[in-house]
Amino acid sequence: MAPMSEKVMVELHNVDKSFGENKVVKNLNLRIREGEFLTMLGPSGCGKTTTLRMIAGFEDVTTGTIMIEGENVVNKPPYRRNVNTVFQSYALFPHMNVFDNIAFGLTEKKVNKQEIRQRVTEMLSLVQMEGYEQRMPSQMSGGQKQRVAIARALVNRPKVLLLDEPLGALDLKLRKQMQVELKHLQRKLGITFIYVTHDQEESLTMSDRIAVMNNGILEQIGSPDQIYNQPATKFVADFIGESNILEAAVEIADGANLKVVFETGYAVVKATGFTKDEAVYISVRPEKLKCAAAAVPGFNLKGVVKEHIYVGSIIKTIIELPDGQELIMSSLTGTPLIPPGETVWVYWEKEDTVILHANEERIYNLSEQVPKIEVRA
Amino acid sequence: MSTATTPEIRLRPNANPQRQHIPLSRLAPLILMVGPAILWLLIFVAAPLVYVFVISFLKKGTYGGVVASFNFENYLRIFDPLYLNIFLVSILIALATTALCLIIGYPFAYIIARASSRNKNILLTLIMLPFWTNSLIRTYGWIMLLRTNGTFNTILQSAHLISQPLQMLYTTGAVMVGMVYTLFPFMVLPLYSSIEKLDHSLLEAANDLGAKPGRAFLRVTLPLTAPGIFAGCIQVFIPTLGYFFISDLLGGGNSVLVGNLIKNQFLAARDWPFGAALSILLIVFTIILIRLYNHFGGRIENITS
Repeated sequence: MAPMSEKVMVELHNVDKSFGENKVVKNLNLRIREGEFLTMLGPSGCGKTTTLRMIAGFEDVTTGTIMIEGENVVNKPPYRRNVNTVFQSYALFPHMNVFDNIAFGLTEKKVNKQEIRQRVTEMLSLVQMEGYEQRMPSQMSGGQKQRVAIARALVNRPKVLLLDEPLGALDLKLRKQMQVELKHLQRKLGITFIYVTHDQEESLTMSDRIAVMNNGILEQIGSPDQIYNQPATKFVADFIGESNILEAAVEIADGANLKVVFETGYAVVKATGFTKDEAVYISVRPEKLKCAAAAVPGFNLKGVVKEHIYVGSIIKTIIELPDGQELIMSSLTGTPLIPPGETVWVYWEKEDTVILHANEERIYNLSEQVPKIEVRA
Repeated sequence: MSTATTPEIRLRPNANPQRQHIPLSRLAPLILMVGPAILWLLIFVAAPLVYVFVISFLKKGTYGGVVASFNFENYLRIFDPLYLNIFLVSILIALATTALCLIIGYPFAYIIARASSRNKNILLTLIMLPFWTNSLIRTYGWIMLLRTNGTFNTILQSAHLISQPLQMLYTTGAVMVGMVYTLFPFMVLPLYSSIEKLDHSLLEAANDLGAKPGRAFLRVTLPLTAPGIFAGCIQVFIPTLGYFFISDLLGGGNSVLVGNLIKNQFLAARDWPFGAALSILLIVFTIILIRLYNHFGGRIENITS
């Protein structure tokens, strides 16, 4: 990964946003580094788009501050902020051709005609749309409009590019292709990208860091690997990828080893910071789940193989526990399959366990995850 | 794919729709449905128009009525400076009325289009409300307000702002007020529908790209609502030329517009052929304007939708 500046480009400090009685963003704290690709991920209505719109200046913050390059911008209108937005619906001006659309921002800044021509041409080649200057937006496909929308924002050389589900309207194949292109573009230009999506796979593919939001609260922020392998909350474990989540209680907390009891069995896992009798969630990824014909030391969790589902390169095996809960185990196609109806003992490597406090879901600690930085006054 | 091409080739000889005849049995219901409307249009629209067109080339009888004697006299008479001047004044008043309606109507339509859906309905109802009363009666209402001892003068006098009543009624100003008042909804409604259609994210995009609200209005809102502006202007401009009762009632004898001129030829001067010629000219003028609108307005509409 390219070395990233430690300088903070965008900082949100105790940001709250309410629409009437409805609190959509609650006490949000976020620091985004220069040149970082940060994705805000969450289900619809989680407050991610509202947050982006507050950074752009389309929405006021109810309380809190937003700093861009160390300067508080909460009272600045959008046209005075050095950020640009790529809109979900592209928002290309329908009465202007591609050239005039891209030149819009430069014309507003009274850049001379010759420079406008040069910079627009540069941008068109950057997004591989050379020769499309005279096209009207109505004469272009979704993917082409998307490229023009990106060029129209980037031509202004913003410090931060805000992208609001920019690939949402594209078909799967084009979306995958644009994900890679966007990532390359971001690396090449070194501009800070703040990207909003509800597509967890997209966020894992593109981001340096992911901020997972739910109900207006920042659940976790971290690298794709951290988010996937060390989810901090049950929501994150559930929302990112597939997960088997088991309710359990701590029976023995003995140093690094923890014995947790399920409804229908137990497991001994490695974890610290938990107390006896505490309610916890155990989360295990389907690809980490294993099963054996007899009990494995440290585990006692019996289930019945229900069915196998082929998903291309992998096979998902559904295992039903005696209390009716279904676990998903994925294995590579070609692995010998256990016939449905057989009883198996489920286990996993102690290190692959994610264990979460059930009564204190938000354990995310801001100081751990944010780089040390200094903010200009 | 090779199997699919064979039937397609076989189908081709039948693919010419112009050559097919619709059997009479299928035409009958069509005639039943459309027939009455066509008949109505023929009797009440086409026939009178043809009648007006024909008598515009005839001669006035000594005691009114028309004499069958084909000539272009009536059309040539329009070029008399007296009548040309009436045309010119009418067009100027229509232009001024249109401009006033646009200036007042645009912000008004903008507010309605951006209001909450509840307020939107209230405001739209207020715009439509006057339509429920006959416009002639509403014009009489203006007489009550504007006349020498009318409401406005009474208020101004009792506030000691003026000592003598102002001559407000029977002026060009009064005619303009009446026209703007009557035709205002025709401006607001098309404006409203085009502003309402405008995607708000386009304005956000303009702001985002550094355009202040004023600039965003000029570069985005105005060009994209041009079809509404065109439609509103046409719908105000054309009726202004013909609303003779407003200038009759509010302008007295002082302002004669094309509409009054035509009415006077038919009712007062009993010169039907000349009135008919004036009417035909007004219709031609209107058709030209509508063609212009379809040409320019339609083109913008194509781009924006």
